[in-house]
Amino acid sequence: MYRYDSIDKAIVEDRAQEFRGQVSRRLTGEITEDQFKQMRLMNGLYLQLHAYMLRVAIPYGSLNSRQLRRLAHIARTFDKGYGHFTTRQNMQFHWIKLAQAPDILDSLAEVDLHAIQTSGNCIRNVTADPYAGATAEEVDDPRVWSEVLRQWSTLHPEFSFLPRKFKFAVTAAEHDRAAIRVHDIGLILHRNDEGELGFEVAVGGGQGRTPYLAPTIRQHLPAGSLLSYSQAILRVYNRHGRRDNKFKARIKILVAALGAEEFARQVEAEWARIVAEQPDADLPAIELARIRGAFTPMNFETLPPRSAAFDAAKAGDRAFARFVRNNVKVHKQAGYAVVEISLKAIGATPGDISAEQMDAVADLGERYSLDDIRVTHEQNVVLPHVKLDDVPALYAALEAAGLASANIGLISDIIACPGLDYCALANARAIPIAQSIAQHFADQDRAELIGELKIKISGCINACGHHHVGHIGILGVDKKGEEFYQLSLGGSGAEDASLASILGPALPANRVPEAVDQIVERYLALRQGEERFLDTFRRVGMAPFKEAVYAEAH
Amino acid sequence: MPKLIRLKDGEAFEAQDLFADVADEDAIPAGPVILSLTRFQAEGDALIGAGQAVGVRIEAGESVEDLAYDLPRLALVALVFPKNTDGRAFSSASLLRQRLHYAGEVRAVGDVLRERALFMMRCGFDSFVPTDGSTPAEWAATAERYRHVYQPAQDGRTPAFAERL
Repeated sequence: MYRYDSIDKAIVEDRAQEFRGQVSRRLTGEITEDQFKQMRLMNGLYLQLHAYMLRVAIPYGSLNSRQLRRLAHIARTFDKGYGHFTTRQNMQFHWIKLAQAPDILDSLAEVDLHAIQTSGNCIRNVTADPYAGATAEEVDDPRVWSEVLRQWSTLHPEFSFLPRKFKFAVTAAEHDRAAIRVHDIGLILHRNDEGELGFEVAVGGGQGRTPYLAPTIRQHLPAGSLLSYSQAILRVYNRHGRRDNKFKARIKILVAALGAEEFARQVEAEWARIVAEQPDADLPAIELARIRGAFTPMNFETLPPRSAAFDAAKAGDRAFARFVRNNVKVHKQAGYAVVEISLKAIGATPGDISAEQMDAVADLGERYSLDDIRVTHEQNVVLPHVKLDDVPALYAALEAAGLASANIGLISDIIACPGLDYCALANARAIPIAQSIAQHFADQDRAELIGELKIKISGCINACGHHHVGHIGILGVDKKGEEFYQLSLGGSGAEDASLASILGPALPANRVPEAVDQIVERYLALRQGEERFLDTFRRVGMAPFKEAVYAEAH
Repeated sequence: MPKLIRLKDGEAFEAQDLFADVADEDAIPAGPVILSLTRFQAEGDALIGAGQAVGVRIEAGESVEDLAYDLPRLALVALVFPKNTDGRAFSSASLLRQRLHYAGEVRAVGDVLRERALFMMRCGFDSFVPTDGSTPAEWAATAERYRHVYQPAQDGRTPAFAERL
């Protein structure tokens, strides 16, 4: 956890104060809703179908127990008793009253949280690997660099009115848990052959109506040059990105139009000039070291790699063993584990969490995970540093809180956007579809037999539910006032990133679970060895699945 | 006449605008003028030669680099915000100050809102023609809302990392 100093605190407080002034001008009628819109959109406040929605930034998905308890407090006091984790590791409250929004921001500021740049055409909340600092895979801690980016991008003088929104994602691990290739800038920390720390820089990925995987424009950027190089990318984009058509304004369109090579050439030329004329474009080493040092040190105990209590519980309790198989992951430190908490209980709304559950997770994080709690882009929660000895007790507590679903990565661990009920853009509901699929596959043995299968559902082509990178992607479409769902197969947002292809004509809502079942049955019939659904699909192609879903209709 | 707000040594005040903003189809009056880039490139030499004060209006899609060799002769550069959400002029202002070392007046024109005061001042703008009727006092207050800034920019404010040393 990065600990704010007085400067970080002052900036967040000043923002809350600024917003209070803006809201009061709106409430007194000094400014119109239209004029206010630009201000509230700089602050994560959207006007939705039923109420205002406030999106709170959770920088790189990292929270401590105090912050999570505060989110619970806000859910209880100002909302309907729950919050919603988004695919960008943020939390949304969907039932906010405008007059109370300033009080919420003040309350958030007290625990170093804010809603700065959670909307608008600016640099949005930076997302990162939720296993940062816990996985043995990583060459460095991506949170340090994410925090560097957070500070630099906050109220950036030149880049706060871009052609369109702009999203960074950072990982330092081989296994991509941050969907790097579908971000405006994806950063992969690595060491080159000389052992120097640097970033592979991928630019121009994104979903929405025109999905692209980000091409790499630089194999190795020295880590210390992150800000000057980002400045060069953003400047090229700010000056040359399209502004005539909102749907062609993301950087992916510019990169695709110029070609990755020409785009890279322009960035490199701009970067060379920035470096020559702006000696302070990058942070000095001492400030990088300060930021690194401001993260709470993790005082891991020296433990044996195996735990008798853990092994005994696994042998004696089938439900616990299932939880371990699916939700407990390897930690870099012997005797510790990464524990994922699924927010995808069968029949639940993906990403929703009640105030009571937030408090429970906060308590458990404080007690068992060195006060470190993470949010994943797959809308689950992670306790990154749990002693193996403590996992059985943690599991029991999760069970009591209704948070012990053992389905991480399985077919019922579905990503869904808020959909028609909560979003002004959506064409169709997403949550009820997710619920009906999860219910259809409620049998846990069958779910484990099927193995890793990522279903991602978006209620419109803006693709907030990541359907382009779902192993099975589902897109809600409006056909003459009726909600239909278009299935696509073969996408991945992980290190083997790919875009899904459309299966066939859109289906009515009540056909969707059955169609997914037909796809799954065909996969199980075709699967060779340990193949995941995605592997089988890549080997055999679309035809067998198309036939499975549409054959009887002909 | 639209209000002109000027910023000097951290103070914002209302100033008289001596410049005529000349459209391309209009005749050029006597006295200080602001011309489009195209018109400046065609007629600027003669006007400056005759001793007239000339500023240039740069549209959001135009490059300030095209003025590189003319800057020492210009009375001001006016950067156009065609919409208040169009942020290209922020890059133009930054480049004028940082890359082209322009020390003269950089004026914000077009859809200019006081809510953008901080960003504009940080990028090197020092005069503003607001479209929202804001006063110099409001303009200054908006710009002073933040006690600290994270980035080094053209306003010379000490960024957070330097304050922390």
